[in-house]
Parts: sequence; structure tokens; C-alpha cells
Amino acid sequence: MPAREQEIFDRKIEEEIRIEPKDWMPADYRRMLIRQMSQHAHSEIVGMLPEGNWITRAPSLRRKATLIAKVQDEAGHGLYLYSATETLGITRDEMIEQLHAGMAKYSSIFNYPTLTWADIGAIGWLVDGAAIMNQVPLCRASYGPYARAMIRICKEESFHQRQGFEILLTLSRGSEAQKAMCQDAINRWWWPSLMMFGPNDDASPNSRLSMHWKIKRFSNDELRQKFVDACVDQVKTLNMLLPDSEIKWNENREHYDFGEINWEEFYEVIKGNGPCNRDRLEARKKAHAEGAWVREAAAAFAAKKNDSTKHLMYGSHTTS
Amino acid sequence: MEAIPPRENWPLWEVFIRARQGLDHKHAGSLHAADAQMAIENARDVYTRRNEGISIWVVESRYIHASSPAESGSFYDPANDKVYRHPGFYHLPDELKNM
Repeated sequence: MPAREQEIFDRKIEEEIRIEPKDWMPADYRRMLIRQMSQHAHSEIVGMLPEGNWITRAPSLRRKATLIAKVQDEAGHGLYLYSATETLGITRDEMIEQLHAGMAKYSSIFNYPTLTWADIGAIGWLVDGAAIMNQVPLCRASYGPYARAMIRICKEESFHQRQGFEILLTLSRGSEAQKAMCQDAINRWWWPSLMMFGPNDDASPNSRLSMHWKIKRFSNDELRQKFVDACVDQVKTLNMLLPDSEIKWNENREHYDFGEINWEEFYEVIKGNGPCNRDRLEARKKAHAEGAWVREAAAAFAAKKNDSTKHLMYGSHTTS
Repeated sequence: MEAIPPRENWPLWEVFIRARQGLDHKHAGSLHAADAQMAIENARDVYTRRNEGISIWVVESRYIHASSPAESGSFYDPANDKVYRHPGFYHLPDELKNM
């Protein structure tokens, strides 16, 4: 039986037919999706923390409303992805437990601090920009629920990048201090943003399998290169510099060359030794614990209402 | 009367949204909520932040019954050999208009 099922699965992948929750799939495919999709969901949820930090201090009502809307979107994206992951046979509670126990990863980028208002701009432009590069091809991922969630996310993500660039653009046309703040944020967020694409292709064995199964469509290095090429042009509009003296147009490759990423830093952050890893996890656990009474009250209320509706239904035959 | 112990996990709900008057409700996704009212409110916040809908249906996921993909071959078999259900099956002369 599995041989025949495997054959059907392989043919669907080959012919670009989406795999749906009730279809047979190899255990490793399921495992890989659960890992990638839950990490993705956790990233959206943890990603609210560095930005939420600035909601009360946004410089105008317009910026504040925008930032709240953006953080709300991140919550929504986390929810789309958790429910898409649940179709693979894991519960949201299990995923959240894994996150809180430090067993599940989330994007390393959210372990860096947001020190100034310009960081909110840099996050929108660079971090959301890198995320979009990664996410657009995922709209064609072979697993149906993941692809559908990504389509919705990508539609909403574009405003995130544009609002971030607008923040930086405003600062770049401001006072000397504002210009300096803008450059400083770009300097601090540039390299961590490049790390978001993951290890180099030759150091990323999972990547090959993921591409074979058409979960990923482009390799880490291909996407990173696309991102660099786009940013080198965009930064000119800001009249700012990217903090990499090795960026240079390469005629032969028809791409920009760029400097070596500090992979030691990347692996340290992944291991939990980034500037904010502990804070982020603590903040998540605290929020979850402090929300416990709300969850309990809602469940108790629902149970009570359920009970009283039962009496009502037996008493009369009204339907709505 | 003893209180019913609340269920530990909020149940899963499927969300259907009507984008515009005149269209069908279409499956949008799923979410967790303690009861139907909360499911509708959560669906509004999760799935209609940009005016994607004017009407929301929610139904607890456990009430959805689905056909089995494993049996889809034999299940849909009865329709496979009935091309005569399609208008293109019938060969009529070209001069025939309005049909």
C-alpha cells in the first residue's frame, strides 16, 4: 500500500497538484512542514514584541495607528499559520508549549533589540522586505493549506514594507540627528536581515529536500541575492549607505557581490545567545500565563451557555 | 447543580465569508474560540481586517463531514462516463443559431 501511495504522492508533486490535509503524505514531509510552518507561526507571534515596544512611543497618531495595524496583522498571520499547521495533526497548544519550552525555533531576527524609532522603519523595509522575498514563492508551496495562508499573508505584508520605508524616508530628509538615526538603524539591521534567509546552500541540507518536495522554490542563496539586488537600488532613494564595503556590481553574474556574513553570530543567536532571546521567551510566557484567566473564563462561560441552551432546546422546538 | 468543567482547549471552528452581496459564502480558514459568538468576532478580526466580507458563518469543525480522498476514484466514478451530460456532446449543424 505505501508504495502505491508514495507513487500517487510523487506524481502530485511532479504535476504541481497540491497536497491536502487528508491525502497520504510521507512522514518526513509531514514532519518538515510541521517544523517549518510552526517556526513561521512562532516568528509572526514573537515578531510582535520588538514592534509592540514602540506603539506607545510612536511619534504621531498616524504612525501609532499604522503600527497597531501592523502588529495586529502579525497576530493574524500567526493565527493563519497555526491553523494551517493544525491540519497536519498537531494542536496549537502543543506548538505553543514547544515554543515556551524553548524546543521550537522562530526567526533569529526577532532576537535583536529595537533601540530607536528608526528601527521600526528598518524592520519594515529590511526585515519585512526579506520576509516577503521568502514568502512570495511559498504561495506556491506544495501543501495546500500553507500555500493558501501565504497568499493571504503576502497580500497584507506589502503595506508593512512600504510603511517602514516611509518612516526611513521621512527621517532621511529630516535633521542631522534624524539622518544619523536612520543610518544607524540600517547599519544594525542590514546583516541580521541577510541572515534571515538561512545558511548558505552548501550548509543547508534540509533545503534540498524542501525544494525536492516543492515546499521551497528557491534556495537560501538565490533569495538572499535577490534581496541584496533590490536593496542596493532602494537605499539610494534614502541617500543612505548599506554597511558593506564589498557591495559591487558584478558584470558576469549580473548581480551585486556582497561581503561575507558573520555566521558565528548567526549560529549563536539560533542557539539562544542573541541579545534578546531570553527576554522574548520570557515576555511570551508571561503574556500566556497572564491570559490564562481569560481563556478559563471564556471556556466556563461557553460551557454554562451550552448547558442553558440545552434546556431551551428540549423545552421548545425553535430554530434560528 | 455542579458546574460543567470547561473544556481545556477551545474548539476549532471553520469560517465561511461572503465577500459581497450576491456571492456564496466561501471557506476562509479556521480558528479557535470558546463559543460561536467569540468565533464570529475572532473571524472578523482574523479574516476581515480589510473589508473582505459582509457576512460570516462559523461552524465547529467536528460537525464537518468530508468525503475520503482515498476513495475519490470510485466515489466520483459514476460521472466519468457520462459525457452526454455536457452540451458539447451533441453535434448540431453550424447554421443553427441561438442554441
